[in-house]
Amino acid sequence: MGENVVGQSVRRPDLVEKVTGAAEYCVDVTMPGMAHAKVVRSDRAHARITGIDVAEALAAPGVVAVVTAADIASLHARFGHIITDHWILAPDKVRYYGEPVAVVVAETVAAAADAVELVRVSYEDLPAVMDAEAALADGAPLVHEQAYEATGDESFKNLSHVDEGDGAQQVPSNVAHEVTIGWGEVDAAFADSAVVVENTVHFPMLYAYAMEPYNAVASYAEGALSVVSTAQHPYMVRDDLARVFDLPLSRVRVTSPYLGGGYGSKSYTKVEPLASVASWVTGRPVKLTLTVEEAIYTTRVDSAKIWVKSGFAADGTILAREFDVVMDSGAYADNSPLVMAKTVNRCFGPYRVPNLRVRGLSVYTNTSPASSYRGFGAPQGALAGETNLDRAAEQLGISGADIRRRNLVRKGEEILPGKRGIDADIPADLEMVVESLERDRKDVPYYGIGFGCTASDAGAYPISTAQVRIQIDGSVLVLSGSTEMGQGSRSLLAQVAAEELGVDLAVVKVVQSDTSVTPYERTTGASRTSTLVGLALQRACADARSRMRDMAAELFECAPGEVRDRPGAVAAPDGRELDFGSVVRQWFGGSAGEVTGVGLLRRDGATQKMPPFWEVGMVGVAVEIDPETGVVAVDQLVTVADVGFAINPRAVEGQDLGAATQGLGMALHEELVYDGPQLANANVVDYRVPRTTDLPRKIDLMIAERRDGVGPYGAKGAGEGTLNPIGGAVAAAVARAVGRWPDRLPLTPERVWRLMNRD
Amino acid sequence: MTESVSESVATSGPPRVPVTVGVNGVSVSRQVEPRSVLVDFLREDLGLTGTKVSCELQVCGVCTVLVDGRPVSACTFLTADADGADVTTVEGLSDGQTLHPLQESFVDHFALQCGFCTPGFLMMSKALLDGDEVPDREAIVEHLEGNICRCTGYEPIVEAVEHVAEKLRGGPHG
Repeated sequence: MGENVVGQSVRRPDLVEKVTGAAEYCVDVTMPGMAHAKVVRSDRAHARITGIDVAEALAAPGVVAVVTAADIASLHARFGHIITDHWILAPDKVRYYGEPVAVVVAETVAAAADAVELVRVSYEDLPAVMDAEAALADGAPLVHEQAYEATGDESFKNLSHVDEGDGAQQVPSNVAHEVTIGWGEVDAAFADSAVVVENTVHFPMLYAYAMEPYNAVASYAEGALSVVSTAQHPYMVRDDLARVFDLPLSRVRVTSPYLGGGYGSKSYTKVEPLASVASWVTGRPVKLTLTVEEAIYTTRVDSAKIWVKSGFAADGTILAREFDVVMDSGAYADNSPLVMAKTVNRCFGPYRVPNLRVRGLSVYTNTSPASSYRGFGAPQGALAGETNLDRAAEQLGISGADIRRRNLVRKGEEILPGKRGIDADIPADLEMVVESLERDRKDVPYYGIGFGCTASDAGAYPISTAQVRIQIDGSVLVLSGSTEMGQGSRSLLAQVAAEELGVDLAVVKVVQSDTSVTPYERTTGASRTSTLVGLALQRACADARSRMRDMAAELFECAPGEVRDRPGAVAAPDGRELDFGSVVRQWFGGSAGEVTGVGLLRRDGATQKMPPFWEVGMVGVAVEIDPETGVVAVDQLVTVADVGFAINPRAVEGQDLGAATQGLGMALHEELVYDGPQLANANVVDYRVPRTTDLPRKIDLMIAERRDGVGPYGAKGAGEGTLNPIGGAVAAAVARAVGRWPDRLPLTPERVWRLMNRD
Repeated sequence: MTESVSESVATSGPPRVPVTVGVNGVSVSRQVEPRSVLVDFLREDLGLTGTKVSCELQVCGVCTVLVDGRPVSACTFLTADADGADVTTVEGLSDGQTLHPLQESFVDHFALQCGFCTPGFLMMSKALLDGDEVPDREAIVEHLEGNICRCTGYEPIVEAVEHVAEKLRGGPHG
């Protein structure tokens, strides 16, 4: 359609900054007069705090202050964007091993770390619930005795299919949140089914391992708070902090520089309140940088146990599906209610399901709090839904491809009633994967292929804004509250602005994620930026062009409607052209000034129907297993990015391979393991993530461009899709290789060996 | 500022150790705490923040720098042990005008996304390419096994290093 800049794999300017070491990450940021914080953490899972003795720590060299819950009692000392249950510092009891109890502030990191050892906390142990089953048992000890107010986040209700009473429960229990959806006559359909298949899967407790651990530097002074942090959603963090300190939003500034990885794990508030209250108490800027172990205890991924049952006609047509989801969400709700709600929406897959019943519980336990992770509930749900489908195919005597061909929805069909119809050709995507996998299938023993399909209601809530500022030399500043965490938005937004304004990519500079400077962006998640910020930016460019035409009309002495747009310029009816810089200079006079264009996006028009778009996950894997050791080698990894239009194709491929590799980590290696009150492997030695030597032998990253998204040029988001179905695909491939179905991930060598050798 | 503060604190600790280190070609002399690790010396004392830290257990490779040409994990390498040595960090790769071929190749191959692991990968790759043998793909994969990247899935990194190795093979080595 004649685009010039978008659709090209342009070099990302941020990558140049990053290879020289010049790029500034939060961990590199200092403030004048800054002190350093270290956190005193609970060494038990559930206990009443009977005393905190800080005297010895306070007397240690270089210590400025020791902050405990008592010091911040006059604040609203809790946060949480859905349920404000998350205490900044444990006030009367600790709810998990690793929970912050006090913050030591000192002149150096080493002095603070030394003094942490000198804070004496006395406890009275309480019975703990270390997993969801224990937490749901009759008479189980309560993680939270009280119910907390919900924040009334309207968009949360819209995103999660919540009908009534989210948040606070009537009877105290360990259920943080419950969601049910369904339609049709499920029991009758099961009774009519030729084949009914049911199974249970266990999704592991994961850690995203963004390599830059959570950190923040905060300065509270003169009734205003300024925080630089590793937050994906600086505006959400700002709102939480304003509530804590009862400050107007305008007096809280949150800035996110380059993030050393996010993957959803840096969504929402983490260490910012700790650094902020430390600054509020001491009157000095305070920096807090977590170790990886502390980061693991700050936010992990929800583990899940999912029971699934599906009924089929003899030809493999789905007649009914039923799911029971129980997620272990840890000691605080954070974003887990939404993760669980998304699992409920995403577990049954992009199939025609005439009768459905799904029940989901997000459960408090005395473990590290869980929250968002790339894929957002979809990886958990898909492991259940997709392996169930593959087991059914086996029983029905048809292939994994055929059972999907029979049931996949076509473009425009709804999978959630009243929501946007599917904006993708998923059956065509499936054929791309199957063709690639079969072409290179090897005829060797212990070899299996598997594939998986998912569709995620993506994009989150459509509230986005963007600004463009055209300078007197025709160069362009783009302002967005969306965060660059590696995914490439800084480069992508520059491409969109250059395309829309017809200027050289090199003169466009993108500034992001400073709540006092850049315009509002609700979140950076759910693969939304290309689509939603892209649309807001297109509108900002159109607004700037409109202003430019009005100003040029004055200069040309014609009607605004007569001025024509040209690349980086405007033209009068008589053919005279003025470039943008000349228009600005001449209109203001004095060779100064600038023109700002504003773009606002809400639930309206093309983005009225939720979700803004569907993110398709379409992957295939082939595995070869060593029967002696149980080691699973990935022979093939095949992915399709159904992105509508790839604004930067290489960046799309990068997102897909990165997401798929994290998915292979979850499928084959990664799992946090609790041993008693604490994790047995809260470090990167024992929590094994994929390495170079785990590279699949063949990698085929395909992009399907059908211009079927609501975003710019027909684009839709990417970045989560290929992670979502990989667990199920690997489980099915392993099952076909060894002839037995695994019921849990990761498929470590020991698990696979035991699966093969059990009686 | 940071330095004077830390010195005043350390007066009560064990005596400081004098070190002289060549950092990216510049000789630097400082008094450091005995427990000072090289990455803190580079980042905090010298302000060379290009080198990052992650696992602090020398298994992720993020903090890799070259000490006398040998790759080490700066998170666990004592500053005192670098006394008299030449240290090269990511800031020393480029001459300030043109990028090092590895830097150029990493950008061209989209071999990084968030970039946090990249300084470590660059230094580790430089150590390999500075060796006597021009490595093939297998040797590159093996050599980079100790560096973790959570964004890219590694293939673009391996390709970026392969590309530079191929150019070395084609042209005069060194």
